Amino acid sequence: MTPQMAVFLILAAVTVAGAVSLILQRHPIHSALSLIVVMVALAGLYLLQGAEFIAAVQIIVYGGAIMVLFIFVIMLLNAGEEERTNLSRMARFVGVPLGMVFLLEVAYWIARATSHMTQSSSQAVSTRDLSTLLFREYVFPFELTSFLILIALLGALVLARREDSD
Amino acid sequence: MVPTSYYLVLSAVLFGLGVVAFVFKRNIITVFMSIELMLNAVNLAFVAFSRALGQLQGQVFVFFVIVVAAAEAAVGLAIIIVIARNRGTLDVERVDSLKH
Repeated sequence: MTPQMAVFLILAAVTVAGAVSLILQRHPIHSALSLIVVMVALAGLYLLQGAEFIAAVQIIVYGGAIMVLFIFVIMLLNAGEEERTNLSRMARFVGVPLGMVFLLEVAYWIARATSHMTQSSSQAVSTRDLSTLLFREYVFPFELTSFLILIALLGALVLARREDSD
Repeated sequence: MVPTSYYLVLSAVLFGLGVVAFVFKRNIITVFMSIELMLNAVNLAFVAFSRALGQLQGQVFVFFVIVVAAAEAAVGLAIIIVIARNRGTLDVERVDSLKH
């Protein structure tokens, strides 16, 4: 068990635990906090693969902006707990075992298809190389995303504005 | 070294859990959070492949996915605010006036 495998198993367990907690929690604020745990653990997984810039962007943008936006909206809308609804019998006794079987099958075929790929070393990817690629070959999509953010900003403003009755 | 398939199986598990949350949860904000979980699972797959194939395009695409997810979260939450204001409920089962 190399240290990297141990770190991967810990982070993967935290990620799956956070995702399961998102499903099982009844109050949306607890689900939001579980999702933050998932995102931070995923940032750790990106670091394990050497993607430093993506790990930093994940924490700053996803954990620090998007999830904060979610928590603000949960607070503003005063979202309450969900009522407890039980799964139908079909879902519980047929769905869950079939889902497990499906998951095992997907894992088997992924392992077979990518068995020839081994991870290269966890050497960090240089941000300079990434930014060279981003600003030389992908500069057009980059500028388009700036337009996208502008449009999203305008759309969110217009949608959430209170109508004044004149 | 951690084999690539481990990361891909983890990505598949997270995506499946996101789909389960999308289908079974009734609060519309939690449904929206499950979409973000699915996007994160896809990001993990992209980074894993980018590392395995030695190309950086995967990480560039992760960057774009994160940006688009941020824009989508802003607009989607604005829509949720409008729905909550007009219908008074956050339950997806009760927003069914288009249903026959």
